[in-house]
Amino acid sequence: MVTTEIKKGLANLEVFSATLQALAETDKDLYVVTSDSRGSGKLVPFGQRYPDQIVEIGIAEQNLVGVAAGLASMKKKAFAVSPACFLTARALEQIKNDVCYSDNAVKLIGISAGVSYGALGTTHHSLHDYAVLRAINNISIVAPADNFETEQAIRTAAKMDSPIYLRFGKKNMPENLAPDDGSFLIGKGRVLSEGNDFVFFATGEAVWPCVEAAQLLHEKYNLSATVVSMHTIKPLDTNLIKRLASAGKPVITVEEHSVYGGLGEAIASFMMQEGLHNKLKIVGIPDEHTVHGSQNEIFKHYGLSAEGLMNTAISMIRP
Amino acid sequence: MKTLDTLQLKAKSAEYRSKILKYIYNAKAGHTGGSLSITDILNVLYNRIMNVSPDNFDSNDRDRYVQSKGHCVEALYVVLADQGFFPEEDLLTLCKYNSPYIGHPTKGVRGIEQNTGGLGHGLAICCGNALAAKKDHSGVKVFTILGDGEMAEGSNWEAFMFAAHYKLDNLCAILDYNKLQITAPNAEVMGLEPIDKKLEAFGWAVRHVDGHDIDALTNTLSSLPFEKDKPSFVIAHTVKGKGVSFMENTLKWHHGVPTDEQLQIALAELSIESPNQVPA
Repeated sequence: MVTTEIKKGLANLEVFSATLQALAETDKDLYVVTSDSRGSGKLVPFGQRYPDQIVEIGIAEQNLVGVAAGLASMKKKAFAVSPACFLTARALEQIKNDVCYSDNAVKLIGISAGVSYGALGTTHHSLHDYAVLRAINNISIVAPADNFETEQAIRTAAKMDSPIYLRFGKKNMPENLAPDDGSFLIGKGRVLSEGNDFVFFATGEAVWPCVEAAQLLHEKYNLSATVVSMHTIKPLDTNLIKRLASAGKPVITVEEHSVYGGLGEAIASFMMQEGLHNKLKIVGIPDEHTVHGSQNEIFKHYGLSAEGLMNTAISMIRP
Repeated sequence: MKTLDTLQLKAKSAEYRSKILKYIYNAKAGHTGGSLSITDILNVLYNRIMNVSPDNFDSNDRDRYVQSKGHCVEALYVVLADQGFFPEEDLLTLCKYNSPYIGHPTKGVRGIEQNTGGLGHGLAICCGNALAAKKDHSGVKVFTILGDGEMAEGSNWEAFMFAAHYKLDNLCAILDYNKLQITAPNAEVMGLEPIDKKLEAFGWAVRHVDGHDIDALTNTLSSLPFEKDKPSFVIAHTVKGKGVSFMENTLKWHHGVPTDEQLQIALAELSIESPNQVPA
């Protein structure tokens, strides 16, 4: 069980910006491409420090991705930064054709993802991005849970020679949900705690509530849960899922995304095809006009809060 | 290196057109009218203007050509084969099962820079290429051919704004202005006139040219940039189906495939322009 106190850190967005600045110090081929989003992307300091390495596109997401593809094909490390809602919908054909199909190793950064802009409405939510990108060949999909994973993922992305999509939100996240054991890898789930009664597979900013839910289950019911940060949704770490699900424990998947087409359905599909018929619950945003409010309020409304997740877990073992 | 005279290039155009028809006939598929429309432009680009060849294709300092109107790939394949990027007989597999020579450009074919086919994509990629070349002070020039129907894609206009804003005078977009798209003339589907004034208003330096006149194309494309600090826009007035009387300006040849008899008539017409160049 997780017993150590979790230290609250910065927004993953801030860590992203700081990491890019550190990388740009020694890498003059690193470019940030923004669609009038340097403020919301916390990239103003980057632009001040490296004015020659930031490319402003204006509010034109299709052009953002096309230009980034063109930079990448000229051997530049192009980080295309835009709110996830616009990046993965408005520019989807550019992502599919100019980045993935043409194999231009753009690093697509979806900021203020999920329901980070909760009160601004569905126009500003990205609850479809995992689903649409999972169906496109040649792209990794990553949602870091904490500051540590964010820095690791950005540093890895900078070295990758294939396309990657990274998304994160605005809210402060823990510095690190578990001690760094030096094993972070894109494509490998990160086991934050091991328990006997449930397995939580979660991704992005939905991981932290799972860690808290595991604590509540322990305190209130003396039950223990394995909690995994599946920061990489594609490629899916099927070896880990197989290992953890084989014992037959109830599996709960949790994501800040539609229940359709995201992490939960990816895991369910794998388990079914492997003959792993555990009890399974996919927790995410249901197929309805999404309620509006803060990210916390929306999480609570749809059962992605620590308490909601605890109740879901208990409902799976009690008739 | 590229020292062919105008008569030789004219003969090459006839040869290219004959081969385009031959391979489309063999594949029973292809975008015939548009491929014949851009043949002379590609001829001049690859034989006289661009610094790109099989020898320097792996160098980051080569000039770039991205075919935004990807569907007219047959013309590009024939020109690239002539440049020595791959053996011409490979084109007998055009559109056949598991061939890399599919109906739109892909990087699986040596000489091709980007996978295109969706319209309104090429110019933005070229903007990224041209900006990178500026940052590198490499002198690389970047070219694209846009279709006239494709000008209705909003993404092109995002890229037009960008190219002018960043003063990409190493970028040249060539409009294949044959004035016909798949449904009807552009003027009926979605008029684009006055296209020169629109581009000028967007900050581009614009020139008109006869898109089938080898010397005029050479003169125009040799004087890039037309204005310092401005991207260059060439309005190439072309004829869809150029070179074959019954295909010229005829809508059904957008992606029409010639019958055996039509192929023979077409090859005979083209052979008058280039008596020794027509393939058997």
